[in-house]
Amino acid sequence: MSQIDLDRAWDLHPQVSVRPEPFGALLYHFGTRKLSFLKDLTLLEVVRGLRDAPSARAACAAAGVPDPDLPRYGIALAALVQSSMVVERTAP
Amino acid sequence: MTIAPDRSPRLVDLFEHGLNSPICLTWELTYACNLACEHCLSSSGRRDPRELSTDECKAVIDELQAMQVFYVNIGGGEPTVRPDFWELLDYATSHSVGVKFSTNGVRITPEAARRLAANDYVDVQISLDGATPEVNDAVRGPGSYDTAVRAMQNLHDAGMKNFKLSVVCTRHNIPQMDEFKAIADRYGAQLRLTRLRPSGRGADVWDELHPLPGQQRELYDWLIANGDQVLTGDSFFHLSAYGQALPGLNLCGAGRVVCLIDPVGDVYACPFAIHDEFLAGNVREQGGFAGVWRGSELFRELREPQTGGACSSCSFYDTCKGGCMAAKFFTGIPLDGPDPECVQGYGEALLAQRPEDRANIPKPSADHSRRAPRKPRPVPVTLSTRRPERPPVSACAEDPLAGLSLS
Repeated sequence: MSQIDLDRAWDLHPQVSVRPEPFGALLYHFGTRKLSFLKDLTLLEVVRGLRDAPSARAACAAAGVPDPDLPRYGIALAALVQSSMVVERTAP
Repeated sequence: MTIAPDRSPRLVDLFEHGLNSPICLTWELTYACNLACEHCLSSSGRRDPRELSTDECKAVIDELQAMQVFYVNIGGGEPTVRPDFWELLDYATSHSVGVKFSTNGVRITPEAARRLAANDYVDVQISLDGATPEVNDAVRGPGSYDTAVRAMQNLHDAGMKNFKLSVVCTRHNIPQMDEFKAIADRYGAQLRLTRLRPSGRGADVWDELHPLPGQQRELYDWLIANGDQVLTGDSFFHLSAYGQALPGLNLCGAGRVVCLIDPVGDVYACPFAIHDEFLAGNVREQGGFAGVWRGSELFRELREPQTGGACSSCSFYDTCKGGCMAAKFFTGIPLDGPDPECVQGYGEALLAQRPEDRANIPKPSADHSRRAPRKPRPVPVTLSTRRPERPPVSACAEDPLAGLSLS
């Protein structure tokens, strides 16, 4: 499975809402009406940090993801990109 | 979709302990309905005078927004017969609460359809329980097939994309699955199949309408073949015990991820369990809906790990989790027993033990069925020729002593 380009800047889609839950979070996309579940609190930290981070790699680092785990988080983010939950950030 | 960066616990195991807010909230707005479907799970027909007012409904919507309940499934009764239905719909969607509502189509005029098509936060489910008028109208009443088809045509003409054609699977329509799919395709709709439950008036017809064992297999095979294009609301997880798990959570979500708000504000663990046993509270109470969801003793119990009872030794327990709580309850099967439609056949033996008069089986707590009009029938009258003891007194006789006989 492919992963996203960790060196680019990403963000949550503007129509996506995040609802924290004990195990992680629920994401809901009001445009596609799709739900996604983040089963991991660290991944939630990463996703929330995307907006202010210069790159996905930086967001992962800020959330405390150890380097060996980076590929797995890259794959998880790719799945979120595929469902349009996460989009590439073009404007600064 | 589930996103996990490693081998974290299965979602179903996390959901067992419940969520901060429901994912799937059903809100029956009214018990009033223009139809009288034989299998109505909420025994609807007459409006309840205690129904939540417009302002009370808006207060519930405010709470749902604060709790981040992303969308509600609105039903009834027929929700569109509430005079404030469109007002509430607009109020919810402008407060980040998406609405998916179920309707028999009676109020889906061309104008209403255009209004719905223009709102991105609204989805519509048209109920149809037969792919032909004969099969549908036998259960939902004369003319209901035409009403539903007219509504679908109006939605299609208005450019509404991907609305839902919602079918309750019965013994009579299981052979029509391909036809339902074709109807959905014709109107640009998506097919949604749900399970017939012995809830509400459904309890009275369940024995005659629920799919036969062979048909359950037929449905399972059809879902495996078409599952990615068809929605099921996770309602057939008991069929997963045939082998391959069906898409979805495969978990009874009652009180954990699902609940029902009924028209008078009562909160039940699930839409199929309108009974005091599953009543968690009322939105009119001090803490509102959030207070019930987070504080109810009943919900706390439902969120504890459940024991499989007699089922725990079954090798399929992990996939079917004992099936549907409401289906067990309203067929008189213990809640830790097998689903009445257990595909391994464990439910059938228990069903066979039910007494003929079904005396031990719980009845729904609320019945809003319209009372059947009295049929004219002969009244037996006994005529006699007994001679009057005194002269008859006219009803108009004003004399206070009329009829008095002195001796």
